[in-house]
Amino acid sequence: MSAKEEQASGPVMVLSCPISLDYAYSAGQSASRFLRAIAEGKLLGQRCPVDGRVYFPSRGSCPMHGVTFGDDAVELSDKGTIVTFSIVRVPSQNIALPLPYITVNVLLDGADTILIHVLDAKLEDVHMGMRVQAVWKPREEWTTSTANILYFRPIDEPDAKYETYKEHI
Amino acid sequence: MREVAVVGFTQSPSLRREPDRNEIEILIPVIEALRKQTGLSSKDFDFVCSGSSDYLAGQSFAFVSGLDAVGAWPPVCESHVEMDGAWALYEAWVKIQMGYADTALVYGFGKPSMGDLPLTMALQLDPYVMMPLWPDAISIAGLQARHCLDAGLMKPEDMAAAAVRDRGHAKSNPYAQVKGDYTVAQILAEPFLVNPLRRSDCAPISDGASAIVLAAGDRARKLCDRPAWIRGIDHICEPMDFGVRDLGRSRSTEIAAEKAGAGRDKIDVAELSAPFTHQEILVERALGLSAKTKVNPSGGALAGNPLMAVGLSRIGECATRIWSGEADRAVAHATSGPCLQQNLVCVLEGN
Repeated sequence: MSAKEEQASGPVMVLSCPISLDYAYSAGQSASRFLRAIAEGKLLGQRCPVDGRVYFPSRGSCPMHGVTFGDDAVELSDKGTIVTFSIVRVPSQNIALPLPYITVNVLLDGADTILIHVLDAKLEDVHMGMRVQAVWKPREEWTTSTANILYFRPIDEPDAKYETYKEHI
Repeated sequence: MREVAVVGFTQSPSLRREPDRNEIEILIPVIEALRKQTGLSSKDFDFVCSGSSDYLAGQSFAFVSGLDAVGAWPPVCESHVEMDGAWALYEAWVKIQMGYADTALVYGFGKPSMGDLPLTMALQLDPYVMMPLWPDAISIAGLQARHCLDAGLMKPEDMAAAAVRDRGHAKSNPYAQVKGDYTVAQILAEPFLVNPLRRSDCAPISDGASAIVLAAGDRARKLCDRPAWIRGIDHICEPMDFGVRDLGRSRSTEIAAEKAGAGRDKIDVAELSAPFTHQEILVERALGLSAKTKVNPSGGALAGNPLMAVGLSRIGECATRIWSGEADRAVAHATSGPCLQQNLVCVLEGN
């Protein structure tokens, strides 16, 4: 009797039970609006009616005040300021840059919440207050996805003043 | 014991499928309406507790985004149960009893239409013996119904009558999903969905949310002309293994009802959360309801079944009838798990 046959006739010690569930996920009204806009190269945020803060991406309600944002959206620039950063030396999925790369928290101009993304720059150049701009995929590849932005890249503008982003560190 | 009352209740309509809104967008207007109804703002809630399920949302920690609807700044004292909101209410009630809070916001929400609900429910079975077989929730309930029929505990006509009653009552409930005039003969003429269950024996699949405000003592009296006082609340869980349970009665409902004092006085109104007709009959019996009790004036779970909110809504539906004076004493029921595994009974009084 071969080892395999012996195994087949012996007691069952292991039972493999794969689990999977399928979902027809809907992003929701405000996230859908955001995703449809980014398919057109537009970045949409929403303004809280209570304190005027602009949330990016747009969302259904203000997490601080619990009020509905409604349908008003604010279009934001794809330029922004680095408020903090980190050098990454371990591989990760879906990153457009080779190791080591820089992950950054970007405060888009006009927004009051940060966007976490990656930066294409020399490691020794990155710093807080650095001005950056999004590098987009070719127009014909845009879909309803934040992956339309490949990464950020430094631009030739003077550093933003610390006071303008200190709240977001 | 501190006196604690239900002083606010709002709900979304139960819909078979919310096409555009996500769970949070379903919830937000419900919480906003509750603020308006009670005149309270998020800052006025000493404690916030929610009930929802990541398995329905299809993502982990999905409940965290529910706090967007509350407004969690400055930081709120908050908790969550992976159960129906009725159990979140129980936790809030305990918190108030312990003196940690005088007011609490409780909510439940779910969007089961995103997945295949009967299969999703299979994941609540024991992971070694039952779950690998992937028995869907309707088939499991069907086995229980078969047992009830074969043991002579009820007839198909009794089951159909429960559906007829609930759908009739639901005609006056703008939030209900399944409503209208039906006859027992009409329902018995339906083909079996899962023998012996017909489609009308099953609660609908519903997306929805509901929310409640609890308040203690004088705070409740200030917020509400006739608060719905929680005079008893208890929940009991039966074993996971079907083989050791008596599926022809709801022992846990019986014990919870006794501990909550449901039978101590007349019951004007009862709201039941049983998702199948035969289970509704079992719960009615376990609560010892008489013909004088109006059962499911809202239509109950069989008329609208927003999972994770449906039990909380039963408490809310009872409370509204106390506020209006339509009832002096009401009993709400919530259930969780397969074949009425875990049951909660809440007794509400106007005086």
